[in-house]
Parts: sequence; C-alpha cells; structure tokens
Amino acid sequence: MSNGKVITAEQLTKRFGDFVAVDHISFDVMKGEIFGFLGANGAGKTTAMRMLCGLSLPTSGKATVAGFDVFKENEKIKKSIGYMSQKFSLYEDLTVKENMEFYGGIYHKSDKFIKEKTTFILNELHLTKEGNKLVKSLPLGWKQKLAFSVAIFHEPEIVFLDEPTGGVDPVTRREFWNMIYQAADRGITVFVTTHYMDEAEYCSRVSIMVDGRIEALDTPSQLKKTYEAASMDEVFLRLARKAVRAAD
Amino acid sequence: MRQFFSFIKKEFYHIWRDKRTMFILLGMPVVQIVIFGFALTNEVKNAKIAILDNSKDAATTSLSAQLNASRYFDIEKNLVSYTQVEEEFKKGKIKLAVVFPQHFSEDLLHFNKAQVQLIADASDPNTANQLTNYATAIIMDYQNRITNERKLPYTINTEMRMLYNPQLKGAFNFVPGVMAMVLLLVCTMMTAITIVKEKEMGTMEVMLVSPMRPQMVVLAKAVPYLLLSTINIASILLLSRYVLEVPINGSLILLVFESILFTLVSLSLGLLISSMAGSQQAAMFISLIGMFLPTIMLSGFMFPVENMPLPLRIVSNIVPAKWYYNIVKSVMIKGVGLHVIWKETLILGGMMLFFLTLAIKRFKIRLA
Repeated sequence: MSNGKVITAEQLTKRFGDFVAVDHISFDVMKGEIFGFLGANGAGKTTAMRMLCGLSLPTSGKATVAGFDVFKENEKIKKSIGYMSQKFSLYEDLTVKENMEFYGGIYHKSDKFIKEKTTFILNELHLTKEGNKLVKSLPLGWKQKLAFSVAIFHEPEIVFLDEPTGGVDPVTRREFWNMIYQAADRGITVFVTTHYMDEAEYCSRVSIMVDGRIEALDTPSQLKKTYEAASMDEVFLRLARKAVRAAD
Repeated sequence: MRQFFSFIKKEFYHIWRDKRTMFILLGMPVVQIVIFGFALTNEVKNAKIAILDNSKDAATTSLSAQLNASRYFDIEKNLVSYTQVEEEFKKGKIKLAVVFPQHFSEDLLHFNKAQVQLIADASDPNTANQLTNYATAIIMDYQNRITNERKLPYTINTEMRMLYNPQLKGAFNFVPGVMAMVLLLVCTMMTAITIVKEKEMGTMEVMLVSPMRPQMVVLAKAVPYLLLSTINIASILLLSRYVLEVPINGSLILLVFESILFTLVSLSLGLLISSMAGSQQAAMFISLIGMFLPTIMLSGFMFPVENMPLPLRIVSNIVPAKWYYNIVKSVMIKGVGLHVIWKETLILGGMMLFFLTLAIKRFKIRLA
C-alpha cells in the first residue's frame, strides 16, 4: 500500500464481444477514503467494480486492490475486501445472528470473534432484541444496515458497495451514510457506486462515468467549481447528457 | 474446513426452515412407495429366451422352432444342463427359459401327454406374466395342431416357475423404480434449485467475493442433500422390506453403496443444471423434463426398454436411472453380487466423474 493507495487502476478495460463496457479507466483510491463511483445505468460502474472484486476478469489494463494484482492474486484480494451487492445479500430464512455466524465462518473467523462482533454490531444498531428474529421479518432499512454490517463483519481493508441504498427512504439513507462514515473513520476504505446525487456530496472524492469512461474525478466541491454548478446533480447532468449509450 | 462447515450448517437451516419442502422431500418416498401399486403393462416383443432341451426329438425341435419364429421370442441360447438356467438369469440376458424333459416326444406319442416347464424372470412381474402366457399359447397351438392331424387327444402340460418373485408382486418392480425417482428428485432438482436460488438472491455473488473457493461452495451445497438422500434410501428400504415384504436378497452394503453412487451422479447432474439455469423455474423445468421424464420412460421401470425402437434403446443408455434400476433389481431381488453388476457400477461411476467435472468447470467459467 505504497503512498496510501489501496486501489489503483490503469487503463482498465472490459469488453463483451464488440461492446466496451469499461473503456480504459485509470484512478487511485486512498486509504480511508469514501470513493464515490457515479454514472447513469449502463455506464459501466458495476462492471468496473466487479473487476476489482474478482468477479470478472479485465480484458486489458492493470489494477491492484489492497496491494494485490487483480489478475494474479485474486485469492489474496478476496481476504481483504468486503462486498455488498445491489441485490440483497443476507439470507432471509436465517436469523440475524445466524447470518453473522455464517459470514464469520466463511471468512475463517473464530467463534469468540464472531460472538463478540455480533454483540457489538447488534448494540450499535439497537437490534439486540431482534438478534434471533428471521431477517425476512425486519423492515427493509434495517436489512440494508445489517447487510452493510455483515459486509464489514470480518474487518476488511476495503468494502465495495454496489448501489447500497436503492429503494430506501431518505431518513434510513442518512443513517446508512452515518454507518459508512463510521467505517471510514475506523480506516476502512469505502468504494461505493450510486446514482443518488445527494449521496455523491457525502463522498471524499467522486468519479463520474459516462459510456464506460471516467469523465471527471475530483472532490465534490472541486467538481462543482470546475463545472460552475450549484450541486452535484447539475454536474452529473452536464456530463451525462454527453452519453450516447442507451441506459439499460 | 471451517468455511465448509459454516456453509453446511447454513444449508441445513434453509432446509429445516422450509418445512413444506422438507416434508415433501422426506414424505414423498413414503407416499410413492405406498401408492405406486401397479406398473403399466405393455406388449413384449423379441424377448430373449433359452431352451434346455433334454429330449432333442422331432417334437421339441419343432416347438423350439415355433417359439423362435414368433415375434415374441428369440432363442438366445441352447442350454445343456439345469444349473445353467439360473446362471443365465443372473447374467440378465434372458427373460424366459423353456425346459423340455427327457423323452418328450415319446411321452407325447405313447401316453398322449407331455410336460414342458417355463421359467420366467419375475423380478419384472408384468413381463414375466406376459412371456409365459405367450409361450403357453404357442405350445397350445402346437398341441391343437397335432391333435387335429392325428385325431388323437394330445396334451402338453406347461408348468410355470416364476423366478425371484413367485407371487408376481408389483412391488418387486416399482421399489427399484421409486428409489431411482426419489433420489433423482431430491438430489438433482433440489440441488439445482438451491444453487440457482442463491444466484437469484445475489448471495452467490457475495460468496464468490469471499475467500471461499467456488469448488467448496459447490460441494458444500451438495452435502446436505446427500445426507437427506441416505435418509430416503433407508426409509424406502425399510418400507419395502417390512411393509411390502420385498426381500433384500443380495448384500445390503452393496445396495447402499450403489445407491450412494447413484445419489452422487444425481447431485452432479443437479450442479450441472444449476450452472446452466438462470432462474429457479428454469432449473425446475430442466430437472423435470431433462431428468424425470427420461427416468420414467427410458429406465425400464414403467415400459420395458427391450421393446423400444433402436434409437430409443440407444438413448436409454445415457439415462443414469436405467443403470441404477438394473443394479437395484439385480442386487435386491436376484441377490447377485458386484461381479455381475460391475459394468453398470462402472458406468455410473464414469457418469458421476463426467458430470461433476463439467459442473465444477462451468461454475469456474462463470466467475471469470
């Protein structure tokens, strides 16, 4: 992790046949940063993220995650990252505690670690009473917060969040972002894709993808200055209008 | 290993919490065994038979020729001793043996009366019944003809012996069939569905991002269903032994070993299907149409394979249940050992390796 860079990408590209989903993107993510990855639907955010997580093999380019090469050191990367998918990543027919026990086990954590961590998280989320309830009986907002807790259960260096707040009310979204801040304060680097522009304001730095390319990358305030915009929303619209690719 | 056990534990929670599915999985074999009373009958053509001719005279030669000429029978072998009869049945090559006693023709001409014995493989009772009926009809036909020719009342008594299943119980036939069907359903369909479910829910992605190796995920998914299947094997065998009174004539250990082998084949197929199917419904349809129908149609359990046109007979060879059905029948009812069914066992083993390798390979490709 030289120079405090936890993720580096150089000319990273993914093709599906003739279609270039991600087109030579380059960026660095610093330790402890909340890195926002913005783009319209179909801009290539998820594909880029999947390459960094080892779910998809890049066609060309270079990238390292937590200091490990995405081509060769996939297994090492997996130990250092957490991931929360766009879809729901908890088991609905398991209780809250069972979910945590399962994910702890998958990451080779000891029984003691799992127990302490579970108690800690349930306290933090004020869910102590709900520990033995099935996940499906909880409201969506709680599930989402739990899913995030589970994604960082094994204390990874980096956590990847793929549109984590879809379908959640603004209050819960605010609470969710507080959790992200807390994780970042503990030194966990957060890599988050979103298309909510208010969320972009919360990020340390933001990259905006249009048609598979990174069109802009800076802090939210700097971006607003550069594009002479009052909000991130305006910045985004100005950039995204250039898109030729149809949204999916 | 820790990952592996965490995963299996989780899998058991899924099964345990889904009471309806669990009830179906464990209750279905019981229900099927109890209601599956009658297998459908069908016409048998060109059944292979053996002749033990202790007389070798004009009458027996003529009768043998007529049996052979009919569309029902083909003489596979001429035997020389009574002990060979049993041997041929155990090899599974013949369905019926016709035994002419010594002095058949003389008895017939001098005493106007002769005996012929028909021995059938009644582990498949419907076929056995039909074959003896056909043979009897042909013999009666011959008897009537010589009676008319010589204007004397000749009688040929046919004596029947139903080997392995003297009371012609249908259970002898459907127990092996039900075993094949239940194991296939539990293993293939349920495994395919649960893996595809994880894909649909998005949890599979999380699993693939974790340090758990994909091969481990696949194997851990299969283990709980292997355990469930052993419960099913036990319940079917107990029910058939003590409720339907079907004997287990061969080695129980061999029978269980072969059943587990078939379970592994089914599990591998389930894993393979899960790598092809995009949704739970698709997984279910592929399992039902790709596995279930061939099992019912082509395993020999409902319709005798030997009557089917050649293309179907060839296709039936790739249906794992056909081999397993033969194995169960041979071990359970005929009481033969591994030396007779080694070929079927090898075929099942080969199928398992093939499907499993393919499934794991395909699973990895999806990752990249």
